[in-house]
Amino acid sequence: MRPFKFTKAKDEADAVRLVSANRDAQYIAGGTNIVDLMKEDVRRPNELIDISGLKLTRIKTIPSGLSIGALATNTDTANHPLVRQQFPLLSQAILAGASAQIRNMATNGGNLMQQVRCWYFYDVAVACNRREPGSGCSALGGLNRRYAIFGWSESCVAVNPSDMAVALAALDAVVNVTETSGTTGYGIPITEFHKLPGDAPHRDKALEPGELITSIELPRNNFAANSYYLKVGERTSYSFALVSVAAALELAGGRIKQARVALGGVANKPWRAYDAEKMLVGKTPSREAFEAAAAEEMKKAQPLEHNEYKVELGRRAITLALLRAFKGAAE
Amino acid sequence: MNDHREDEDYLLNGEERPETRADGEKLLDELGIFGVARRRFFEQGLAGGLGVFALQLLAKEKALAAVETAPDAVFAENAGLENAVRVSLKINGAAQSVEIDSRTALVDLLRENLGLTGTKKGCDQGQCGACTVIVDGRRVLSCLTLAARCEGKTVTTVEGLAKGDELHPVQAAFIKHDGFQCGYCTPGQICSAVALLDEAKNGEASAATKNLRATARDLKLSDEEIRERMSGNVCRCGAYPGIVAAIREVQAGRETAQYWQFATEEEIAAAMSAGEEERDAAV
Repeated sequence: MRPFKFTKAKDEADAVRLVSANRDAQYIAGGTNIVDLMKEDVRRPNELIDISGLKLTRIKTIPSGLSIGALATNTDTANHPLVRQQFPLLSQAILAGASAQIRNMATNGGNLMQQVRCWYFYDVAVACNRREPGSGCSALGGLNRRYAIFGWSESCVAVNPSDMAVALAALDAVVNVTETSGTTGYGIPITEFHKLPGDAPHRDKALEPGELITSIELPRNNFAANSYYLKVGERTSYSFALVSVAAALELAGGRIKQARVALGGVANKPWRAYDAEKMLVGKTPSREAFEAAAAEEMKKAQPLEHNEYKVELGRRAITLALLRAFKGAAE
Repeated sequence: MNDHREDEDYLLNGEERPETRADGEKLLDELGIFGVARRRFFEQGLAGGLGVFALQLLAKEKALAAVETAPDAVFAENAGLENAVRVSLKINGAAQSVEIDSRTALVDLLRENLGLTGTKKGCDQGQCGACTVIVDGRRVLSCLTLAARCEGKTVTTVEGLAKGDELHPVQAAFIKHDGFQCGYCTPGQICSAVALLDEAKNGEASAATKNLRATARDLKLSDEEIRERMSGNVCRCGAYPGIVAAIREVQAGRETAQYWQFATEEEIAAAMSAGEEERDAAV
């Protein structure tokens, strides 16, 4: 690992000031991703600003719903009684990711900021537009079995690895950040927080340099009784999703009043299946209705050379997740 | 005495040279070995070919042991570190204050700086769990934990689990249920399992938890739950059945039968003679 200066931030304003003062500085919270990337020489900050001491760990009820501190650990978030009660979909998604050890270390803000697990991104000997803008994408013509089927571009075909973010997308979460002035903040809808690669995959977050995530807001909803997070990976546990689905239904009078479907493992951002959702609203819940919605969403898929299986897998996974959500399997 | 040819000479001829005796006396003085032990060294040590060289090794060992109890003496030499960070933390009950390079991972602080080699480095990139330790009551990966971020924290490694000669129940259960083969992942498995017990006590959920909305404490974990909760610890020997059995026993607080036994002397003798008969038959 290259040498770096280690600096502890005293508070939010201090953290933002320190990172803004040095363009080669980066925040470190849980460290589960940045330390690994630095060991592999993929990331080369000359200074780490440690924000783990900031008071951004609270999970509390707010008028619009629930506020989750950016520095609460994934474990504490998934196990918080308010999250388990009101947003079991989020608990389920967090617990589907990584291992107990990593969830104990990883923070919510860090989870949103984590980098793709593309092996070409990690291999500093090969081209990668995300690591070295303009150098090319090795995955496009390489081994792309695990890669995107939606929203990719010639410059990058990697997928966002987060499970948590998929549930947040289904739950219409808002990411609150502190501006570089360190005094005011603003909210970014989760669906706009991660960006599709386009021609700038190295800028795949909506954050400006130096901006700091402070909390994630979950608006109140009526999905708690009928939601489900389904993850399909190469192992049952401790592996990244090939395809995952966060499904949530609000039922009224035997019909679907509202539906939320988001997919993981298929794009460089949590993929909201808006077309599937539209097909579901007003329908009587049934396997046929779920299958039709799933097929509609997957029609737009553009598989790469090695991942056509994800289209059929996605269809089945959406259907199954909706069936389980309907049965209230998250309960 | 540093002339190895002379030592070889001594080993070949068996004659004790006067300077060797004098060197030995000096080293024994430094090591604080007197009386019977000292006489025995000259009678048996030198005569038995143990020699001054072995005594030198012993002296080095003792010097290192002295250093371990006073780490500051060593770290004072590190004043020239490029990005030195001073960290004060508690490891297995003992307060430590160390000056380290900012790049130092907790696993390296433990193993390289403090000689606590119980914690193992496996993949060094957060995929295998061999380096699992418990920090402030939570199991974490020490390879992805910068030591600089451990200021004021309490660290428990596998060395800190036993109370004197009494093993932690999880350690004893791993032995009883054969929860390892090569043993490399074992310290991580054990630390992970110890933290898992607390998580179950606190009612924390896992991906195998059926009903997330219902919260309860003192969970009794199914084998499926244990497997899911231990998924961050990989065992290449495949000792998983033993690991699950060990954790199940401690978690349930109910003794279960050990599925293996040491062979008795009669059984060994029977097996040996059976082998001989087979060989004879083959001839």
